[in-house]
Amino acid sequence: MSSLSRDEVARVAGLARIDLTPEELDRLAGELDVIVESVARVSEVATPDVPATSHPLPMTNVFRPDVPEQPLTQEQALSGAPASEDGKFLVPQILGEE
Amino acid sequence: MSTQTVDLADYDEAVARFDPVIGIEVHVELGTATKMFDGAPQTFGAEPNTAVTPVSLGLPGALPAVNGTAVEYAIRIGLALNCQIAETCRFARKNYFYPDVPKNFQTSQYDEPIAHDGYLDVELEDGTVFRVEIERAHMEEDAGKNTHVGGATGRIQGAEYSLVDYNRAGIPLVEIVTKPITGAGERAPEVARAYVQTLRDIFRALGVSEARMERGNVRADVNVSLRPTPTSPLGTRTETKNVNSFRSVERSVRYEISRQAAILDATGSVTQETRHWHEDTGITTAGRVKSDAEDYRYFPEPDLVPVAPSREWVEEIRAALPELPAARRRRLQGEWGYADAEMRDVVNAGAVELIEATVAAGASPAAARKWWMGELARTAKTQEVELAELPITPAQIGQLQQLVDAGRINDKLARQVLEGVLAGEGDPEAVVVARGLEVVSDDGPLLEAIDAALAAQPDIAEKIRSGNLGPVGAIIGSVMKATRGQADAGRVRELVLERVQA
Repeated sequence: MSSLSRDEVARVAGLARIDLTPEELDRLAGELDVIVESVARVSEVATPDVPATSHPLPMTNVFRPDVPEQPLTQEQALSGAPASEDGKFLVPQILGEE
Repeated sequence: MSTQTVDLADYDEAVARFDPVIGIEVHVELGTATKMFDGAPQTFGAEPNTAVTPVSLGLPGALPAVNGTAVEYAIRIGLALNCQIAETCRFARKNYFYPDVPKNFQTSQYDEPIAHDGYLDVELEDGTVFRVEIERAHMEEDAGKNTHVGGATGRIQGAEYSLVDYNRAGIPLVEIVTKPITGAGERAPEVARAYVQTLRDIFRALGVSEARMERGNVRADVNVSLRPTPTSPLGTRTETKNVNSFRSVERSVRYEISRQAAILDATGSVTQETRHWHEDTGITTAGRVKSDAEDYRYFPEPDLVPVAPSREWVEEIRAALPELPAARRRRLQGEWGYADAEMRDVVNAGAVELIEATVAAGASPAAARKWWMGELARTAKTQEVELAELPITPAQIGQLQQLVDAGRINDKLARQVLEGVLAGEGDPEAVVVARGLEVVSDDGPLLEAIDAALAAQPDIAEKIRSGNLGPVGAIIGSVMKATRGQADAGRVRELVLERVQA
């Protein structure tokens, strides 16, 4: 039983801003479906006393003290920017005319 | 910007025919030394992109680490709002693409907020207490700041490009979400305002944020919907984003009620959308339509382990909570001996802290109230500023009152001294000296003035001599005039009587 449709893959790709060709969509829908089904099997064998796990490490409350560290300089911060102006990152137009 | 006219229903008619339901999301920036997930310092007004680390910039491979103090502050807020504190909760990635979020996701909390199911009792201006139910309070991080360049208005529409400063990106936020607030009826705008104001006071009392509205430390998103009757299902809501002053919270709710009522009256349906508040014109305009694109693909943040505050820690924090504003107001009212209505006026004028500090500076509670709620309240009103914004400190008022109490100036002179302090002429003491306002306590000049007044008005002098004390006031008046108000009227009276009886 296929649980992941091609349309869903296209939609998720759209949300993630990944441009997929029709061929890629066909291929990925099949591959992802296998992955989803494989993972779903875990639910079949997990008994109700096994809690859902988001993290593999049995750790909680890992906190950092609220002590400032040396930040980057403006020059360092902008060193990887394709463009900058007035010490700020320059990004292309966000919205067109409304 | 579109200038089409919007139909607005009369507010009173709107609330007579519809039941407004509001919901408020408040974001507060926590006043920690560093950011939520990295050690970049929090600095307001620093040069752009000088308070950033690889984590704030979302550089590849950068790993977040939770600020323990921010977690403690979030728990403080949860407890102050009578919430349950989660035994365990996680961070989640909220995925979306916008230049002010460099990682392409905001680290937030989704289905497991650190605090949930609380309430806040909000006191309205007339003393009515309204309970607002709290759905949740969760931890997240702030975004960077965009500046739009080009185009006519500095707005995002029509801008040629945008500039981003990430100093604010990653500053710890707590977002507090109410349950739908029902039953407020026509007072919904007032409840919304009082709720945000009460929260602001609590943030300050808890010491978790400076909570300065004008700096955007506290920001409100206000949801409004209308339904025909209180038993009808909830109507379609709009969400007005980033309403950043108490007055605007009230005005924007009022505006949306009138706007939506007009749409519903025209048998139209309200569009579910986000709207922008325009402070200058007092209206909201349409923003994004909520749609499929609102799918944030939340999932647990794999780089951060869960937060599981021990019950011992939570109780420790609860025990250390400072006195909250409502309890403090009750205590101060008792100490100051103010009547309910007097205290309410003081609270509504934002004068509680000012009066407290003034009393600490040596003035009596009655005198402190007299200055702040009288002369200074009038000045603030004329200048259209908050009392606390006046260029005068409680310490200066304390000093002024001490000058009055010591008899060095009288009430009338005190008002002139106040004027001088407000005009930036220095402390009361300095103004008294510079303007030569001290009460004339030396009898010499007073007697001179009295003699002159008696000589100028011989008929009055005669009446007084014959035992008719009624016209003494006229002589005192002349003396006060001659001394430009710097005489102690009581002393003048004594001297006049001595003089005529001599």
